[in-house]
Amino acid sequence: MTDMALLEVRDLKKHFPVKKGILSRTVGHVRAVDGVSFSLRQGETFGLVGESGCGKTTVGRSILRLIEPTAGQVVFNGQDLLALDVEELRQVRGSLQIIFQDPFSSLNPRMNVGKIIAEPVRNHLKEAKGQIRDRVAHLMESVGLHPDQMSRYPHEFSGGQRQRIGIARALALNPMAIVCDEPVSALDVSIQAQVINLLVELQEKMNLSYIFIAHDLSVVEHISDRVAVMYLGRIVEMATDKELYQNPQHPYTQALLSAVPIPDPEVGRQRILLEGDVPGPLKWPSGCTFHTRCPKRVEECSQKEPIFRDGGNDHWIACHLI
Amino acid sequence: MTETTQATDTRTQGRSADRRMGRFWSKLKRNKAAMLGGLLLLLYIVTALLAPVLYPGNPSAPNLMKSLEPPSLKEPLGTDELGRSILGRIIYGSRVSLLIALGAVSVGLLLGVPLGLVSGYYGGKSDFMIQRVTDTMLAFPGFLLALALVAVLGVGLKNAMISVGIGMIPLYIRLVRGCVLSVREEVYVEAAKAVGTRDRVILFRHILPNVMVPITVQTSLMMGMAILFAAGLGFLGIGVQPPTPEWGTMLGSGRAYIFNAPHVATFPGIAIFLAVLSFNLLGDGLRDALDPRFKL
Amino acid sequence: MSEQSGPLLTIRGLRTRFHTYEGVVNAVDGLDIEVFRGETLGLVGESGCGKSVTALSILRLLPCPPAEIQGQILFDGTNLLDLDREGIRNIRGGDISMIFQEPMTSLNPVLTIGEQISETLRRHKDMTRREAWRRCVEMLQLVQIPGPKSRSREYPHKLSGGMRQRAMIAMALSCNPKLLLADEPTTALDVTIQAQIMTLMARLKEEFEASIVLITHDLGIIAEMASRVVVMYAGKMVEEAPVKELFKDPRHPYTQGLLGSIPVIGRKFDGGQRLQEIPGIVPNPLEMPLGCRFNPRCPRTMPICHQQEPPVVRLADHRRVSCWLEANKRDD
Repeated sequence: MTDMALLEVRDLKKHFPVKKGILSRTVGHVRAVDGVSFSLRQGETFGLVGESGCGKTTVGRSILRLIEPTAGQVVFNGQDLLALDVEELRQVRGSLQIIFQDPFSSLNPRMNVGKIIAEPVRNHLKEAKGQIRDRVAHLMESVGLHPDQMSRYPHEFSGGQRQRIGIARALALNPMAIVCDEPVSALDVSIQAQVINLLVELQEKMNLSYIFIAHDLSVVEHISDRVAVMYLGRIVEMATDKELYQNPQHPYTQALLSAVPIPDPEVGRQRILLEGDVPGPLKWPSGCTFHTRCPKRVEECSQKEPIFRDGGNDHWIACHLI
Repeated sequence: MTETTQATDTRTQGRSADRRMGRFWSKLKRNKAAMLGGLLLLLYIVTALLAPVLYPGNPSAPNLMKSLEPPSLKEPLGTDELGRSILGRIIYGSRVSLLIALGAVSVGLLLGVPLGLVSGYYGGKSDFMIQRVTDTMLAFPGFLLALALVAVLGVGLKNAMISVGIGMIPLYIRLVRGCVLSVREEVYVEAAKAVGTRDRVILFRHILPNVMVPITVQTSLMMGMAILFAAGLGFLGIGVQPPTPEWGTMLGSGRAYIFNAPHVATFPGIAIFLAVLSFNLLGDGLRDALDPRFKL
Repeated sequence: MSEQSGPLLTIRGLRTRFHTYEGVVNAVDGLDIEVFRGETLGLVGESGCGKSVTALSILRLLPCPPAEIQGQILFDGTNLLDLDREGIRNIRGGDISMIFQEPMTSLNPVLTIGEQISETLRRHKDMTRREAWRRCVEMLQLVQIPGPKSRSREYPHKLSGGMRQRAMIAMALSCNPKLLLADEPTTALDVTIQAQIMTLMARLKEEFEASIVLITHDLGIIAEMASRVVVMYAGKMVEEAPVKELFKDPRHPYTQGLLGSIPVIGRKFDGGQRLQEIPGIVPNPLEMPLGCRFNPRCPRTMPICHQQEPPVVRLADHRRVSCWLEANKRDD
């Protein structure tokens, strides 16, 4: 990958211990994230898609160390975040931010909007009250909120407006990169478009880089430059946006894309239906983790783990068949 | 129907902060029991504040000539064995019991809340230690614990306060810790961490304000309990010492005359009953009106 | 679509309101729709538009008060709003059944899947315990639950989200309903599981010859499943059209905005990065705007839009639009 990488995730792992009994003995591990590597380039949007339980949210939280990863490296701006102590990490957090999925629970109901947006500023900079106020007003304007709503509380806003408040908070310290964890999935369709457009605008204006985590393939396609598809804690395919959506190689990506309902009744198409469900967290499949549902599986799939490799054209894939 | 409530939420412009306060009041006002509690409490506090106005004499000065007089026009509640006005002593006693309740609850709040916050938020070893001590303290019946503490500390107003207060610490710890455990998992706490907020700041800016509702309700109920315990200590003669007028002590000394002068014990008993009732009714009402999510 | 037999369900002037502390909320405000035998009618709109309340009103599943339902809901000739408690209970789960978004909340956690399905069967079909159980296993097989015999003895929480929704569908179809109300049946599911459930529902609809009212916010699902669509906004119908026409030639500015605001795979490369957005937010149900309810967000308002509610203009059979733009076109 190019040396333009702003953030590089190398072999990231997060295993949650499963405890049982009164002595809380560890009886096994849930491999929420199991060896994920990718890089985020300056100014790009990197999409991370997958179904529930694939580990995409855990990846996002682990990058920021809101969850402590089990192993791996997260190199941001030349620093390995996983090696930092608490105070060093706190300093980094100004430039690496996150936007959460649920605009209802991610804002403290007992704090007014001005205080919520000012919090990162107060944490990191010694600024006078008036200065902070101006800054908050400016931030609110830049996300399309009226600065005179500063003294209102989160419950007085609609879902879309609350998401804007969350975005303003993330922007407060001029970050370089933002992890967007399902930022529009809790919103109505017409509001989704507003927030997506806002994110795109801000990216252009502030030269932001996004890691965009979502389950909605259409939204990810719309906003991303490169996309990675996750299944059971691993990336199975990664390529540029166009390449991945127009020329999917991995059987899982193919099935996933064919399952997306297309809002055009004139389009008829072949749908690849996958068998069954994602295996439960304690039933980790051997070999390729997708082999239990794969329509194209061969014997090798259940025995050997496929290697994640570049198939040319920066199109990475983990499958024995290719 | 979440649809409708959510939609209602979206447009409530500036007035809604007032509206929330208004909803709280209208809910509380509809609760007749809570209003009765509030009224009794108000009466109680006013009595305590205006005691010298309401009863100009000295409630502790004996007048053996008037010993054990039954209620009359001049002495509405009668006199005790030393001829002191029971009305006067109840009025002045309200000061003492309110003082003990406030003192005891302060002890419980000031020590219990921070310990509960630490225990719930940081977890780990400190949580383990605090929880074991709490468990041990809770293993004693509350009043017995206060009794034992008085035995160690000695009698008197201050010691009664401390003894009753210490017994409340584990109750506060347990309540606060439980609430913190659930608030700690809220996304806005994670969000605060993500913008580089220090743990200490998270604790006081994000977590504490969100556990204030259950603490407020608990405090109201604890006030009632403190009055009851203080009266209990007085009744056993190890609380506030005579001649200071105190309801429990009055009840205790009236016990000897229960057959020939029942008013001596009855009226202090009624005073204790009403004071405790007022706090409990108000506490229940507050719980319902403030936040239905926090059912204690 | 066999329309000669007349509609299976006719809703006339449905008005569902909720009495709240802050005032009266008109969740559904004068709705007229028809559902024919064997068709799938799509009901689309964003949260708060009244689409779910409509379904709940049909089965009278709203507690009254605070709700109040007015109008006519004619099902097979009987007005469901006139039925007594026992009457509506016989309809629920019998001739009309409902599938909810989150099956976990509509399945009883302390009864096994089999117990719940056979209970429904015995209530409506007068079956013996043994017969009901046999039918229940049959139904689970029909919705492609693997190992139906052992699954029927399991509790809802043991099943995955997709399996629970299958069980819910089995329960809904067990009494051969004529009408199935599906309220966001796949919203809580992952996209590959959603594809499974949609395929299953399409197949079963044919097999059972039932009509479906499909309630969703997802226009992709509407495009694939529905034959006719009713678009709702703030408690009112704004547009009705056969599905192909709706996507090809949307007439109401709201429908147009909705279609423009969703990202479609592949469109970015011939359309650009920007999604068309509908500005603003849905109106507060307590303070509905005067005139057309969409006027504060509409890009094409005229003076009359702020003054008077637009009439419903009938363009063709099952082609209705409630907008002044169309009404004025008519007058010219």
